[in-house]
Amino acid sequence: MEAGAKLVDFAGWEMPVSYDGIREEHLRVRSSCGVFDVSHMGEIETEGPQAVDLLQRLLSNDVSRIEVGGAQYSCLCAEDGGVLDDLFTYRLDDERFLTVSNAANHERDLEWFEAHAVEFEAEVRDRIDAYAMLAVQGPRAREIVRKLADGELPARFGTADLVVAEAPCLVCGTGYTGEDGVELLIPREGARAVWDAVIGGGAGPAGLGARDTLRLEVNYCLYGNDLTEERTPIEAGLGWCVKEGTGFIGAQSCREVRDQGPEQTLQPFVLTGSGIPRQGNPILEGDAAVGEVTSGTMSPSLGVGIGMGYVNAGLAEPGTEIEIDVRGRARPAEIRRAPLYSKD
Amino acid sequence: MAEESYPDDLRYHPEHDWARIEGDEATFGLTWYAQDALGEVVFYEPPEAGKAVKKDEAYAEVESVKAVSDVYAPLSGEVTGVNAALAENPEKINQDPYGEGWMVKVKLSDPSEAEALMDAAAYKKLLEDAD
Repeated sequence: MEAGAKLVDFAGWEMPVSYDGIREEHLRVRSSCGVFDVSHMGEIETEGPQAVDLLQRLLSNDVSRIEVGGAQYSCLCAEDGGVLDDLFTYRLDDERFLTVSNAANHERDLEWFEAHAVEFEAEVRDRIDAYAMLAVQGPRAREIVRKLADGELPARFGTADLVVAEAPCLVCGTGYTGEDGVELLIPREGARAVWDAVIGGGAGPAGLGARDTLRLEVNYCLYGNDLTEERTPIEAGLGWCVKEGTGFIGAQSCREVRDQGPEQTLQPFVLTGSGIPRQGNPILEGDAAVGEVTSGTMSPSLGVGIGMGYVNAGLAEPGTEIEIDVRGRARPAEIRRAPLYSKD
Repeated sequence: MAEESYPDDLRYHPEHDWARIEGDEATFGLTWYAQDALGEVVFYEPPEAGKAVKKDEAYAEVESVKAVSDVYAPLSGEVTGVNAALAENPEKINQDPYGEGWMVKVKLSDPSEAEALMDAAAYKKLLEDAD
């Protein structure tokens, strides 16, 4: 790790929180381009004549609808519908898929995949040691990567096998920032050269701190904060990637929550005065506790405190006035519609 | 980010606050060491003008990407001016801790309290001994 990175231990990985300051890195991704080293993300490969059936059993979305060269977001659920992880799955071939897991959940995901694979004609392989992963994000990201690649970049939510800066990469039109861009899965030994080439092409290094503020401005969920085993994807507002008809593990529970209507749902909010909401802060309406903040930060783009939290169903309407109890001080806030930040 | 420095014309408090004393008035702020330990400051809410501050007691909070910390008054008095620009640009505390990153101006109630503060050499020694 060079470039003056501030490191932090994250699920056993030494991760750069920031290089030049979170705010600066954040704004650079919004206006130009940043590159994140997200090599801590896990990869699980699933291959075989029944690979699609295995994944259909495990993942909440309709896996059969991913075309070769396509990508899809989904949740991995327990039988009671609680979220075990949220994942991107790429279809590399008819019978071969690559699923990207969260670092802290990777081992558990892998065991879950392997335990269920015995019922299917499909093989599950741990690929976490095979890949480094770089996310190149921002309005200039495609232009920068395109110049280093030997072919056209994939469309949004597509994938392509390309050589980038002499490394054979799986280039994915995905990201976690609300900006256009690509994520590169690279054999470990080639990753450093790709990083240097992308920086040389005009991207700035960006760390986990900016990754968190960027994703929160556009209300992407973070596992461990906004998604946990205690909540179903329906409560988290991820009902769009839950296809109960596929019969995935947890489908029955998700259907019940959807039909009955969840008691609480995950909602974005903005502080209307000063302050920064933080994870664990109580959400108040009058004197009553009506929820809890799951993610909060100072928004570099908006210049106000923002966050998400689970609130009672009756308060989900945008414009609802609430308060956030920040270390004993009630800070006025308002429920808003996602995304909190958009270009227009 | 600013270079490490401890100007000779300031007086220092062991909680890593500085005071620039001019007669019975003083300006307060955080030292280079404090802002470096905090990391990137993302929020500072100034106290209200007129608020009484007491030596060795917290008068404001500063929040960085790492932690929330109290800001201590190096001397006692009444707040006569606040750096409102920090509400919009709290990163000034990192970039210019002794200049644009100043926090409050205070009318001192007991200027003789300053005798208990450290000069730059003593403060630097405190930092070295703490390492």
